[in-house]
Amino acid sequence: MKEWRAEKLMPGALIPLGGTARWYKTGSWRSEHPVWNEETCKQCLICWIYCPDGAIKVKEGKVIGIDYDYCKGCGICEVECPPEAIKMAEGGEPDG
Amino acid sequence: MERLVEIRWHGRGGQGAVTAAKFLAEAALAEGKYVQAFPEYGPERMGAPIQAFTRLSSDPIRTYCSIENPKVVVVLDPTLLNVIDVAQGLVEDGVLIVNTPEPPSKVKERLGLEKAKVYTVDALTIAHEELGRPIPNSPMIGALIKATEVLDLRSATEHFQEVFADKFSPKVIEGNVKAIRRAFEEVKSG
Amino acid sequence: MAKITGKIVAITGNAAVAQGMRQINPDVVAAYPITPQTDIAEEFATFVADGLVDTEYIAVESEHSAMSACLGAAAAGARVMTATSSQGLALMWEILYIASGMRFPIVMTNVNRCLSAPINIHCDHSDSMGARDSGWIQIYSESAQEAYDNIIQAVRIGEDEKVRLPVMVNMDGFIVSHSIERVELLEDESVKNFVGEYKPSFSLLDVEHPVTFGPFDGLGGFYFEHKLAQIEAMERSREVILRIGREFGALSGREYGFFEKYRLDDAEVAVIVLNSAAGTSKHTVDMMRREGHPVGVLKLRIFRPFPTRELCEALRHLRAVAVLDRATSPGTTGPLFGEVKAALYDLGKRPLVVNFIYGLGGREFKPEHIRCAFEALLEISKKGKVEKPLDYLGLKEVEVIS
Ligand code: SF4
Ligand code: SF4
Repeated sequence: MKEWRAEKLMPGALIPLGGTARWYKTGSWRSEHPVWNEETCKQCLICWIYCPDGAIKVKEGKVIGIDYDYCKGCGICEVECPPEAIKMAEGGEPDG
Repeated sequence: MERLVEIRWHGRGGQGAVTAAKFLAEAALAEGKYVQAFPEYGPERMGAPIQAFTRLSSDPIRTYCSIENPKVVVVLDPTLLNVIDVAQGLVEDGVLIVNTPEPPSKVKERLGLEKAKVYTVDALTIAHEELGRPIPNSPMIGALIKATEVLDLRSATEHFQEVFADKFSPKVIEGNVKAIRRAFEEVKSG
Repeated sequence: MAKITGKIVAITGNAAVAQGMRQINPDVVAAYPITPQTDIAEEFATFVADGLVDTEYIAVESEHSAMSACLGAAAAGARVMTATSSQGLALMWEILYIASGMRFPIVMTNVNRCLSAPINIHCDHSDSMGARDSGWIQIYSESAQEAYDNIIQAVRIGEDEKVRLPVMVNMDGFIVSHSIERVELLEDESVKNFVGEYKPSFSLLDVEHPVTFGPFDGLGGFYFEHKLAQIEAMERSREVILRIGREFGALSGREYGFFEKYRLDDAEVAVIVLNSAAGTSKHTVDMMRREGHPVGVLKLRIFRPFPTRELCEALRHLRAVAVLDRATSPGTTGPLFGEVKAALYDLGKRPLVVNFIYGLGGREFKPEHIRCAFEALLEISKKGKVEKPLDYLGLKEVEVIS
């Protein structure tokens, strides 16, 4: 193990960079995954508001899918979606 | 003045006992003395009996405890004589100054004091006439100065004018200064 | 109100601290009023309203929020101050650790008051003693003058590049906070120059150099090492506290160290005290010295970091020492006693030590109580042994129903 000296860490556990959460891919935590149905989606964006991880991908004001790099599989979007356009499916992997 | 003088003030909430205790300390500080002033800690309520304390000394003051054996006791309200033992702990040859129209001998007799010097002054009448308000604290300061010589009358009144300049109108200040002077003249010893 | 500068005034401990804060002119103050601290919050708010300071005053809805707002402001790079007491400090608890862990040099006046129950608004040291492990530097003040001097120094100590830790300045509730005393205030300009400008290492507002404050640091991370870094910063503060104390002495004529020795070097027995009880103790020492008793006082100023080495040096020649605690830790001895006794353990030849608890809930502490402690010490010194390691001063005689 390399020798550690306190001085090498930033005081107060500060990270001298911003936006570091981007590097932390929480998608690996998933045991279930949401499946979005473009056909039944009403584009109300409620899922986008509720998703705690910002994992609903939106382009030009429209939902275009799920960002599986960060989606933790919590299922909130499924509960909140009025027309049930999102359904949770077994397994962490979307293609599985 | 002795090196250390400890003073206890008795009044009722709203009569200005705490203000008087503080004013005396400030005025003595202006004369180069070491000072300490503090109220009896606790909730302050209009009309309830309260105490305040002042220590004046030519040396730095280090003790942080209430005054149990004051050299001087000032009573701002004569009705307190029936309610509490205002002379409690007063040193044998101490000074008791009471706001009352009664002569000192009567107070002395009533409290059974022997060696203590008792002074009385009708501070309420003075306050009514000079301030138009029943606040006896400033005349009692005048009486205290006469009775104890802890302060110089002139510098005390000057200090009063200075510190209250931006708090009171010139008329109110003038009334208070007159009240201090009148009580200084009118206080009776016995 | 007339501006008070560079002169001798008769003011309360609270007013003295408010004046010090005015002269320091911090960027942000977030505070919630609580007896007996209230006048500090009030008077400082008046200074803000009157435009005497440039401070952003954040009126919060609780002490938990006060300390949280202090954190946010400190992360933004501001010089931050606050003040509290008792239950207020208790409500800040979790945030105290975050302030020190994030290495924010927040300066807080704590007006010592006991903790409920029973409800009581008066002085003891239960509040600050409970926070002793929170990673804050703790300074204690005997008088209004010392409280004023200490908050000015606290800014420099906390902000020193080697330290970067929050500092808590304590003074006794009511006894000092509400007592009018003679206080020498420095010139506004002198204080301004003494504290200088705060240069934070990092700021959330520096968009050119974005940083992340308060990240998660779990099992696989460096929590332990960060705590060590905090411990080392606290260690480094020792030298800084002494240096700033000397600098302040050069400015004001009042030099400060870890503690003050009063007639200690030629004493055989001594008491160790914090805050205002030191004044009453010195007074009693003078009285007892006149009677020929070899008594002395050590007034501890810095409780965190605890000056173990220096304390041992100062006490090693004594035959017996009484540690006076204005706080308890039910189930063991008073907190100061435990630390002093542990410090003395490494001395080969060491004084006997006893603990006296006094003044809880503002119970008066008079010369006769200290005399009691000294008499017990003289007896211990004569007999060469401690028979009652823990005792109480100033208890009333009542029947207690268990
Ligand atoms: S499952 Fe949870 S994390 Fe994933 S998209 Fe839905 S709300 Fe977001
Ligand atoms: S909540 Fe459902 S309907 Fe609304 S945008 Fe999201 S997926 Fe579409």
